[in-house]
Parts: sequence; structure tokens; C-alpha cells
Amino acid sequence: MKLTVWTYEGPPHVGAMRVATGMTGLHYVLHAPQGDTYADLLFTMIERRDHRPPVTYTTFQARDLGSDTANLFKKSLEDAYARYQPEALIVGASCTAELIQDDPGGMSETMGIPVPVIPLELPSYQRKENFGADETFFQIVRTLAKPVERTQQITCNLIGPTALGFRHRDDITEITALLSDMGISVNVVAPMTSSPSDIARMGAAHFNVLMYPETAESAARWMERELDQPYTKTVPIGVGATRDFVREVAEITGLDPYLDESRLRLPWYSKSVDSTYLTGKRVFIFGDGTHVAAAARVARDEMGFEVVGLGCYNREMARPVRSLAKDYGVGALITDDYLEVERSIEALQPEMILGTQMERHIGKRLGIPCAVISAPVHVQDFPARYSPQMGIEGANVLFDTWVHPLVMGLEEHLLHMFRDDFEFHDAAGPSHHGGHAPKAANDATSAPAPAATETKTAGDGCVIWLDDAERELKKIPFFVRGKARRNTETFATERGVSEISVDTLYEAKAHYAR
Amino acid sequence: MNDLPRLPTSGGCRDEPILKQRGQREVFCGLTGIIWLHRKMQDAFFLVIGSRTCAHLLQSAAGVMIFAEPRFGTAILEESDLAGLADAQTELDKVVDQLLERRTDIRQLFLVGSCPSEVIKLDLSRAAERMTEKYAPSVRVLNFSGSGIETTFTQGEDACLASMVPVLPETDHRQLLLVGALPDVVEEQAISLLTQMGIGPVRVLPAPRADSDLGVGADTVFALTQPFLGDTHAELERRGARHIAAPFPFGEEGTTAWLRTIANEFGVDDETFESVTAAPRARARKAIAQASESLRGKSVFFFPDSQLEIPLARFLTRECGMQAIEVGAPFIHKGIIGPDLDMLAQGPVLSEGQDVDLQLDRCRAARPDLTVCGLGLANPLEAEGLSTKWAIELVFTPVHFYEQAGDLAGLFSRPLRRSDLLQLGVRA
Repeated sequence: MKLTVWTYEGPPHVGAMRVATGMTGLHYVLHAPQGDTYADLLFTMIERRDHRPPVTYTTFQARDLGSDTANLFKKSLEDAYARYQPEALIVGASCTAELIQDDPGGMSETMGIPVPVIPLELPSYQRKENFGADETFFQIVRTLAKPVERTQQITCNLIGPTALGFRHRDDITEITALLSDMGISVNVVAPMTSSPSDIARMGAAHFNVLMYPETAESAARWMERELDQPYTKTVPIGVGATRDFVREVAEITGLDPYLDESRLRLPWYSKSVDSTYLTGKRVFIFGDGTHVAAAARVARDEMGFEVVGLGCYNREMARPVRSLAKDYGVGALITDDYLEVERSIEALQPEMILGTQMERHIGKRLGIPCAVISAPVHVQDFPARYSPQMGIEGANVLFDTWVHPLVMGLEEHLLHMFRDDFEFHDAAGPSHHGGHAPKAANDATSAPAPAATETKTAGDGCVIWLDDAERELKKIPFFVRGKARRNTETFATERGVSEISVDTLYEAKAHYAR
Repeated sequence: MNDLPRLPTSGGCRDEPILKQRGQREVFCGLTGIIWLHRKMQDAFFLVIGSRTCAHLLQSAAGVMIFAEPRFGTAILEESDLAGLADAQTELDKVVDQLLERRTDIRQLFLVGSCPSEVIKLDLSRAAERMTEKYAPSVRVLNFSGSGIETTFTQGEDACLASMVPVLPETDHRQLLLVGALPDVVEEQAISLLTQMGIGPVRVLPAPRADSDLGVGADTVFALTQPFLGDTHAELERRGARHIAAPFPFGEEGTTAWLRTIANEFGVDDETFESVTAAPRARARKAIAQASESLRGKSVFFFPDSQLEIPLARFLTRECGMQAIEVGAPFIHKGIIGPDLDMLAQGPVLSEGQDVDLQLDRCRAARPDLTVCGLGLANPLEAEGLSTKWAIELVFTPVHFYEQAGDLAGLFSRPLRRSDLLQLGVRA
């Protein structure tokens, strides 16, 4: 039993729903109690879908339990087939139905439904949403995809996009265009946008582009083995990764690498002098393994940030993320415990978080700006405008969305110049900096509180800030104050200084000057 | 007595046939109630013993995470817990120890049963007894079920309040108990109106804190503020309290009828009643008249959701000039909802329970001007050209009593006004 406050992933059947909802002509009959239908609203509200997810729930109740939940399932399956006439069905159980062991897969086999009925075994008490999506897509592909004649021209399948995916909609457009520039057309995009008959002709493609390993790696491996289709290992998020991706595709296909960089702005924007202030910004990165790995590379190599911590919530990616963390010389945080992530961020005091909607809330509380790079998604992650993460435009989007929460370079300089200005003090707050709603109690000009309450202790040692030093600290612009506080405390602790004076503060500043 | 509503001459709906179909029900489970209950009971923690699905539901229903560490959480059952039940009890003890150690501000802990915990027959009442002994007197531990196999949406609140009644101390004081979790602003308005009429003492269930001296006994009379409190009603009667059956306090008419029924119980004279209610009644009428302009002559179709459907249909048809096509409710408890059924003119289909596909067929055929439904159906119906009102907002928003009557009408009229306002044109 594990106490959970917020979850990064839903149960595995929600992953199956993401696959089914992204597709057309497929229907999911889910053996589940009433109440599990809440999952529909994820799609209709968060993603603003204009159709109900293609899911029929048996919605059994207590009174059905002793009697006939199995027949309820059969009837639901019959009705769903008759009403929706899908090309194929997937059937399975949610967590509660798993316990009553009605075996939806076994029952459906005996019912003579004239289209493929694909049983799903999704262990609800062990696995989670990403596994559910990956396994469901794998089972669909395994059942429906057959070896077929290759297309004459070089084509590929884009695999991994699902309903409720983080920017999947726009990544498809971007990667389709990028490949088209190389002379490669897309055979099938799946699961999102495909139908069961599209899945059946996936084998016609020459290779697969594995866009999101979280949701399609099992299918990619199976198709490599059974359909002789290699798949790409690079996820094209960021400039370097996009270029690597193009080279990888060229190697697979024997075509010349080609990437139209005429619209690419990230490198110049990052080089331009206004970006100098980004240098060495300490960032903490958390999300799904794929987006975290991509973000780490962009953060360090393309933005000039310092990665001070990273991690992922999906245990399936623990291994690659651990080795990635090693490359960056930081520890890897592999956890789905939101409170642990929060503690970690609090201890590291980064200047910026690249995370999920959950970390955005942590950032709000701790006053640390945050840009969202990964699912779990929120209605904000489905912008009306074109906003991919992948490819050339994706790199531009990353630059904008990561820089946006930070104070701009010139503005930072001005803030420093005018830090004592009467209109420009802390309480006035910066104009567009969501993370720093001023707290009235923190006003530096208010009467000093008794020394005892001013005492601040560092994480490990016990260091006291003297009143003068505390006041001096408050004169430092808010966006570097956390760093100054932490550096000074570390400096003091290392030297066995127990009281921080104004001198200690400036000695530390000199020590850490870069 | 002349303030009691006139009943429809053609007869009310109390004895009308009810359409009952069995199929997929598109409703929340009772766990959802935790979202508003934990805001109301400020020293309570709600610990769901369930699966990842339960945790995911709570998170999705809460919509946004605005609380650093909310006063609810899920003890997620894992494979090892399902193997042997003895383990599950010990595991639960560990989780609760851990929780109460960190949250010393907690005075009431609710162990909330879920579908999986019910199916594996995890005995939470035994756990609650054991823990109550262990943590007395600082924390009281109770249990109720919010599982989808036993409760639909607002029934979770009912189960929670019902679990509190047996442990309330006995009192022989004459008192009025208002039952139902209402937003503070609304609750204060109700108490103020009643107090001005000289009715008192007025107590509320749930009380905001565990240490309030709320008791119950034979001299307690109670009025429900929400129509979904059937089990709580039964528990209170078991304790000797007496129910004052009344239409529910939605809209000017409903509020007046509700207040008048209570006032009669306490022997308030007409003059006093009139002097206390005249001004807010007039305000409510005016506000409804304004807000309901775009509702007059329009038709409405209710999908089952919160059990508020019948009182709301009564309000919309009698005070806002709408026509009800179908009024669907998850349950129809005539002992509680009877006075509202009496006031609702015959005509609409009354349905209880749901086969959502068949009900959607009826809705599409009827093409109502406004459809009141859950979040899973709203956007798909909008995409089909129907205007919708999400039902959950009716539970989360202050809508009871006089001062909110205009807002209540506004909740329904806003979608219609919006579709009139938007000039989005057609595809070129």
C-alpha cells in the first residue's frame, strides 16, 4: 500500500483509452464499475475533443457482483459492436474488474464477433498509464499488422502519438514535413490518426520513426523483428537531436541528409547578447524519460544552462535516465512521488524548473519559474496555435517557452541598476513574472522582526543570519537571492562560520564570482 | 401558510411513471464528493483505500492542483496487498501512522472505501474502530464507502455524513439541524434568515471542525439542504431526530417554501416571516427575471448526475419559463424529493438510472435548447450543435437560497447567451 497525493500517470486502462481515442474505427469495451467513466472527461475537457472516446464501460454495480457481471460484459460487447460497427475491438478490465476475474478476453473469443477482438491484459496493480498505452498499441499491431509489399518510394510510419499526448498533434505535422523535405512520405501515423485497416498496411513502410518510446517502443521492436522494419532511436527534440535524427534517417534509407534550417532561430537567439543572462542558469528537469533526456541536452548544449538535477516518473525509463544523469554529473531522481520531487527541488533551489504541470505548481509555491516540457497534460498543453516540440519549429518553441518565464536579459540588467528605486522594490514585483507574486510579509522595509524569527538555518548545518546581513540579502534582486542565500550558507558552513554577517555575504559573493 | 407554493392544476409528477433503463451509466462515483467535503471540514483528512484509478479520478475531478498537500490522498493497493487481507490491515495501519505523524493538524480521519477495497472486502469499519482507540482523543477515525459500485457522485457526501451521525453525542435540546455541505456564504445566509425569524439554535452537519459540540436527539428537527442525503436522513431518524420535508431551497419559490415549512414547525407568524423574507424575496425575483430572460420558452433536457435534477427542473420550469423534456436522475427518493415532484407539472419524461447511448438517442431526437450533462458529454454534444450546461458546476457553485437564485438562473442562461453572442460563421 502506498500513500499517494498526486499521480503523474493514470492507471493502465487510461493508456489503452489514449490509444483507442486517438484511432478511428476501433472500439474499446472496458469491464469497469460505474465511476470509471470519469476518464472520458480527460479527453473531452483537457483535449477539447468533440467526440466521446470510443469506449463502452460495463459500469457494473454492487448488486451485479454476486449475480452476473460476466453476462453484463457480453451484452455490453454485443451492444457496442451493433451500435458502433467498428473494424476491430479491444477488450479488457479496469482495476476493479481485474479482481472479479471475469476474463473479458476469453469471453469475447466465444461470442462470434465478426471483426478482430483484441484482448488486453493490463495489470492495474503493478503498471501504469504509459505501459497501458505501449502494451495496447503493441497488441493491436501484433494482431493486425501483416507483412505486405513495400511501397515503391521510401516511406515510413510515425509511431507513438496518442490522444492526450504532450504536443503530439503538432509534432506529427512537423516531422511529416521534415521527412517530406528528404523525399520520404509517411505511410501511416499510429496510433493517433490511424484505423485498424491502416494498421494492417503498416508493413508497407520501409522503416518506423519512433516518436515516443513511452507509447510505442514494444510495437517498434516487434515490427523490427517481424516486419523487418528498422526504427529510429533519436527523438528529434532540440537542434542537435533534430540534426542527429536527419543523419540517422539518412543512414537507414541511404538518402542524403537534408534539413531546411532557414526557419531555425534557436542557435542565433541563444548566441545573441540578450541571452548572455541565460549563462549557467541552474535548471532542474523532470518529466517522462524521453522529454527529460531531450530537454537536458537542449538545456546544457543549446541554452547554456547548468543542469543541477534531473529525473523521470516512469520507471520504464529509469535505466537510460540514470545513465544520462551520470553524463551530467548529477543524481537521477526516479520517482512517482510528487512530494519527493518537491523536496528535491526545494533542496536544490534551481533558478528554473523544466517539468510537468505538477512541477509548475511546485514552482509556483517555491517562487521558481517553470516551463512545461512533458505530460501529464493540462488544458494549457493543447494550445490553439501550432506549437510542436520536435524539429526546427519545435526548437524555436522550446527557446520561447523556456525563456518566457525568466526575466529578459536587458530587463535583468535594469533591475539591478534600479534595485533601490522607490518604484522598483521587491513588493512591486516584476511585470510578467508569474512565479513571484509578492508576499506582503516579506517587505524589506517593514520593521525588522525580532532576531529569533529572522534566524534561518541551512539544510544541514546550523547557520544564523544576522539582521544586517538579512537586510543586505533582501537588497539583492529576488531572482538571484535564492542562489546568494544558498551560496553564502554553503560558504559559511564550509568554513565553520555560524553567524552570517554582511562581510560573510560579500566574501561568499567574491568566492563564487564567475 | 399562503407562502406555500401553488401546485400545478394538472397534477404534479409524484405518481408519474418513471423510465428505468439499464446500460452504461456516465456518472462519477462517490469519491468525487471528497473534493468539496475536505474544503468544508477543515480538520478532516480523507484517505481513500483504492487503486491508481481512484487517485487519478480525484486529481482529474479536482481539475487543478491548488493545494500544496491536500487533505485527501489515496492509499494505493498493490499486488502484495491483494494477496492476503491480514497484510492489508497492517499496511493500512502503517500508512495511517505515517500520515498522522506528518499531519498533526488532523482531527478527523475518514477511511474511504473504493471499488477495489469493497470487492476484496477489506473491512474498513474494523480498521476505523481500531484506529479510533489508538488515536483517541486527538483523532476520530470514521469510515464510509465512496465506491462506484455503491455510490453515484453526490451519494459520497451522503455516505460521509451518514457515517458521522451514529457517533454524534446525544442531546435533548430542541434544535434545528441543517444537513448538507454548503459553501460558507450560503450557509451563513440561511442561518441568518432563520435566526431573524427567532428560530434557534440552528446547527449544521457537517460542522466545520470535529471539536464542535454538535449533538442529536429526539428534540432535534432537521432540514436537508441537498436532495441526495437519503442515508443521512435515515441515520438521523434512527437517532430520534425528525425530518421537515420541504421543497429544496433553489430559486425564490423553493427557498420561500423551504423556509416557510421550517418556520411553521417553529411557530413563526406570517408577519415575522414576511418582514424577514420580503426584501430578499424581491431581490431574488428581480435577479431571476433578469437572468432568465434568455431561458423563457426554451426547452431543457437533464442527464442524470447529482440528484439535483428534479428540484432544478422545478425551478427552471416554474420560475424561468422553461419546458422540461426529460429529467434524468441517478436515483429518485420520493420521501425526500416528493415535495419538489408535487410542484413539477406533468409532461417531462422522468428517468432514473441510465443507458447513456439510448438517452443520447432521445436527446438528439428532441434537440433541446439546453442540455444539462456531465463533462464527458458536454463538448461532444456542443459539437453536434446542442447547447450544454455542465452539471458539476451546479454542485461546486453557491446556488442555494435567495441571494444566489439569480446566479443559478445565470448558470443556465450563460451557455445560451454565449451561443447567441458568438458570430463564428461557417467554413469558407
